[in-house]
Parts: sequence; structure tokens; C-alpha cells
Amino acid sequence: MNRLGPLALSMALLSLVAVGGANVVIPDMHRQFVGVYGWLGDADFARLFAIAQAAPGPNVLIVSLIGWHVAGWRGALVATLGMCGPSGVLCYVMTRVWHRGGETWWRRRVQQALGPITVGLIAASGLTLAEAGDHDLVAGVITAVTAVMVATTRVNPLWLLGAGGLVGALGWVSGG
Amino acid sequence: MSAPSVPPDAPRPTVFALFLGFLEIAICAFGGAAPWARRVLVERRRWFSEDAFLEALSLCQILPGANVGNLSVHVGTRFRGVPGALAAFTGLMAAPVLIALGLDSLYGHFSNLVAIRTGLAGVSAAAAGLVIGTAVKMAARGRGWLWFAIAVTAFLAVGGLRWPLLPVLVILAPLSVVLVWLVAVTGRGRS
Repeated sequence: MNRLGPLALSMALLSLVAVGGANVVIPDMHRQFVGVYGWLGDADFARLFAIAQAAPGPNVLIVSLIGWHVAGWRGALVATLGMCGPSGVLCYVMTRVWHRGGETWWRRRVQQALGPITVGLIAASGLTLAEAGDHDLVAGVITAVTAVMVATTRVNPLWLLGAGGLVGALGWVSGG
Repeated sequence: MSAPSVPPDAPRPTVFALFLGFLEIAICAFGGAAPWARRVLVERRRWFSEDAFLEALSLCQILPGANVGNLSVHVGTRFRGVPGALAAFTGLMAAPVLIALGLDSLYGHFSNLVAIRTGLAGVSAAAAGLVIGTAVKMAARGRGWLWFAIAVTAFLAVGGLRWPLLPVLVILAPLSVVLVWLVAVTGRGRS
């Protein structure tokens, strides 16, 4: 009945293949915890995903919620550290290696090559969010206006998120 | 270990400042944490220049694991070693976990309220715009035609064609390194 061991092991393995972040391994988490172990139902999984999206914080939050649901606060701790521990140690080592030689020519080249990929992927995730979440014209306008405001001004984006929420709460956006 | 190339007026953040900085990123981060990481680290606290931040985020994105989770480890390590990494990561995770658990316990009571649901739809529409606007802001610095070509390719492959991320990275990252190197050798990088 001890779920902490398998939970830690599953998360630790996913940690090292999650290139691109926690959202990449969500399908496999669903396969393991809903399908193989049967620790959560489909509806539980969908609810936890919705809450992780609605709450502020990094996407990896879904992992903590799954852990909480599976085994309480110990589960939340074990799942979070399982997902972030191995990749965190790797990141620590790479940070040390990366900055050992200072501003070397190869580091500058790699940086010039990876920087645009990073920006392209951020834009792609914005497009994915918009396509998944914007179900009507008003939602599309909110997305467009926010994008222009963020790109051209230094206004605190919390105001824009609040304005979007207000427009939605007034009933001008369909809830999906 | 070299210090990051920061604006000259920026002091090296303390362990506690790292905790607070990532706490600030975390509690603001609706719809993805990367835009808020940029806003806090570059615009508000000035721990990083725009270019140094992009370098840090790129490294964290190519490594496995949560991107901004990695970024907390990376930034903490660079400024304050292991204690800095632990402080930044704790700052990033603690408050969102508590907030999310609170929302979970309230979810059953409020999920049927239409205003809550449509309000959240409005927030997520704005959050999508925040992510797109941040990408535009990061790109709008005149970095040369090759830079834009690589960015647009990554965007189209993952955002447009919906190809899975891992194969795209495995092919595009080495290809970009070779192209950048070739263009640098032939001296036609920026035009």
C-alpha cells in the first residue's frame, strides 16, 4: 500500500525526460497514475489540471497536486522533489560547467543558436494557449490587446489579467 | 564562475532576495511563469540584462525538467551557490502549492458559478496575450536575419504544425549551432 516509493520513482524518471517542462510529460503521468496505478480517476486528473492552470505558479504545480491527491502532504513533497530533484541536480552541474570558462566563443555561438529557439517556443506556447482557451471573438480580442500592451508598454501585466477576468466575469466571454 | 553580465548598478542578490524574487515570480505567474521571470529578473530587479536572461532561459529550456524550476536553480546557483538555488526554488514552489491546495478544497463549491468560469476564461485569454507579447518583446531587438529565421522555424514547427517538442529540439538545436557558426565564419551574421 506504500505509494510514496513508486510515486518518487515515476516522477524521478519523468524528471529526466521532461525536455520542455512539466507539461510535456502530462500525457505520461495520466497513463501511469490513472491507467497503470489507478490512484486517480479521469475526472480527478482533469480537475487537478484545471486547478494547476488557474492557480499562479509554474506549470510543474500539477505534479504537487497529483502527489497531494495520491498521498497527502508527504505525497506532494515526494512528487515535487521527485520531479524537480534529478533535473535540478543536472541543472546545477550544467550551470557550473557552463559558466566555468567565462564568456567563451563557443558559449556565445551556442547562445546565439538557442536564444531564437527559446523565443520561438515561447511564442508557440502563447499560440497554443490562445487556440485552446479562446472560444469566441471577445476572448481573441482580449488576447490581442494584451499581447500588444505587453509588447509595447511596461504596464504591469496583472492589470491586464485583471481586466481580462473582469470582462469574462461580466459574461462577455464564453466559459468554454 | 563568472558573475552574470548584469547592469552595473545591480548588486549581487542575497539568498533571501533570491527567495523573494522567485516568490514574486510565482505568485504573479498566471498562464506560464517565463514572462514573469523575465519581468522580475530583467525589468524590475535588474539582476540580468535582456541577453543574459535569454541565455539563462535557453539553457534551462534545453535541459530536462520544469523550465522555470530549472531557472530558479540556475539563477540561485550563479549568485549564491547551493543555498541560493534552494532558496530560489523554495520561493518558486511554496506559495503556489499552498494556493493550489486551497483552490482544490474550494473547487467543488465554486466550479458551478458561471461568473467564475467565464472570469477564468477571460484571465486565460489575457494570459495567452501576455505570453505572445513577451515573445515579441524578446524578439524585438534587431538580432539579424538568421536569428529571426531560427525563431520563426521553431515557432512554426511547434506552434503551427504541432510537432512534438523533443524531436524538434534534437534537430533544430544542432542545426542552428552549425548555421550560426557557418555564418559567423563567413562574416555575414548581421544584415
